Amino acid sequence: MCTLEKLDRLFLLKLTGDGEHRLNPTLLDNLRSAITQIRSDPSSSQSVLITTSDGKFFSNGYDLALAASDPPLRAVMAAKLRSLVADLISLPMPTIAAVTGHASAAGFLLAMSHDYILMRRDRGFLYMSELDIELVLPAWFVAMIRMKVASPAARRDVALTAGKITADRGLEMGIVDSRHGSAAETVEAAVKLGEEIVRRGADGHVYGRMRETLLREVLHAIGSNESASNGVRNSGSKL
Amino acid sequence: MCTLEKRGDLFLLTLTGDDEHRFHPDTIASVLSLLEQAKSQSTRGSVLITTAHGKFFSNGFDLAWAQAAGSQTGAVNRMHQMVESFKPVIAALFDLPMPTIAALNGHAAASGLMFALSHDYVFMRNDRGVLYMSEVDLGLPLPDYFAAMFAAKIGTGIARRELLLSGKKIKGEEAVALGIVDSAAHDSVEGVVEATVSLGESLAAKKWNGEVYASIRKSLYPGLCAMLSLTAKIAASP
Repeated sequence: MCTLEKLDRLFLLKLTGDGEHRLNPTLLDNLRSAITQIRSDPSSSQSVLITTSDGKFFSNGYDLALAASDPPLRAVMAAKLRSLVADLISLPMPTIAAVTGHASAAGFLLAMSHDYILMRRDRGFLYMSELDIELVLPAWFVAMIRMKVASPAARRDVALTAGKITADRGLEMGIVDSRHGSAAETVEAAVKLGEEIVRRGADGHVYGRMRETLLREVLHAIGSNESASNGVRNSGSKL
Repeated sequence: MCTLEKRGDLFLLTLTGDDEHRFHPDTIASVLSLLEQAKSQSTRGSVLITTAHGKFFSNGFDLAWAQAAGSQTGAVNRMHQMVESFKPVIAALFDLPMPTIAALNGHAAASGLMFALSHDYVFMRNDRGVLYMSEVDLGLPLPDYFAAMFAAKIGTGIARRELLLSGKKIKGEEAVALGIVDSAAHDSVEGVVEATVSLGESLAAKKWNGEVYASIRKSLYPGLCAMLSLTAKIAASP
């Protein structure tokens, strides 16, 4: 489901296998355990996390087929992703998503939950698919989009066109930090960037706290979602 | 004053006549009524394109009507009335269950610019027409929802300063560079309208669910929508 390796001072978290890496409860639990493991590593405040994947997909979002067959799991997956993202936001180290395959909906959010997005340009796209599949965006998705996508026009393009954003377009839109020729080159570039960051020697704890402050609107929206979905049916609460 | 036509999937809202299309209580009511009509007739794949005839898209509120009240207090009251009654027009555009495109035939000033910016996409001419927030020149304060609109739709501090604080009349090329409009590629009103129709048709082809579209749109602008008393339908969902 996912593996965690240490490459000198870097942590490499990989979503494994050739599937869509749908964010089902099991994968989400595995990812959270990996993050917990990273946190408890004594060298963590002088490290960098790189998240990547095998195959054609970074992640194709929630396991909607599972949710269709077992509706309560929809809320379970949503809660687990919120926790994972809150963990990533508070992680005491810089984070890099090496996007080597498609990242859709919740999968796109997972990529955006990293400080840097490096992406291959020969294949793959970022895709906020909700409009195409008749789902609305949770408030915390929008908060993340507002934080990570700078221009109002680009935010509109992300949320209201359901466009398939290639690395080239992502770079123009300010979502992607750099683009690379292939999957291998993307991971290589992420490792290089990670090593550069580690060399600068910043304190990961301070970094993590600064990131939390920077992304406080996202954390707030995640928190509000928590209380909103605890047994209260939502209809028309103000955003 | 204004008309609503249907061309296939596209609703075409036109401010007619060669005048300045100033927003006055009657025009405000007419536009609101047509937007409500478009909403009631909307289906999957509907798109709204708004345009106008003549040299102006809209030159803002009818200040002459306000002055005609005959007294300072009367004028202030009439201004206030227009500001308040215009809010539902803006709300109706943000609430409209279909993509919206403004095809600027000419100048858009003050509440006329607000009207344009309330659309999802804004196209203007390259050769004619300016965007102008006249308030700073006229000594008029900015209503709170105007300020919220600029915060929501205009991304950089520089662009907001140029638009709101400099009294500048911004032409097409600069408007694109500042990120205020999506396009200023055409040298004629026909060119702009054709381009918006083309965009409209490609959006219509997606056959999106309009309610979902409107919900996502509103969720992108929480501050402004709260001010317009618009709430997105579902707040918590995966």
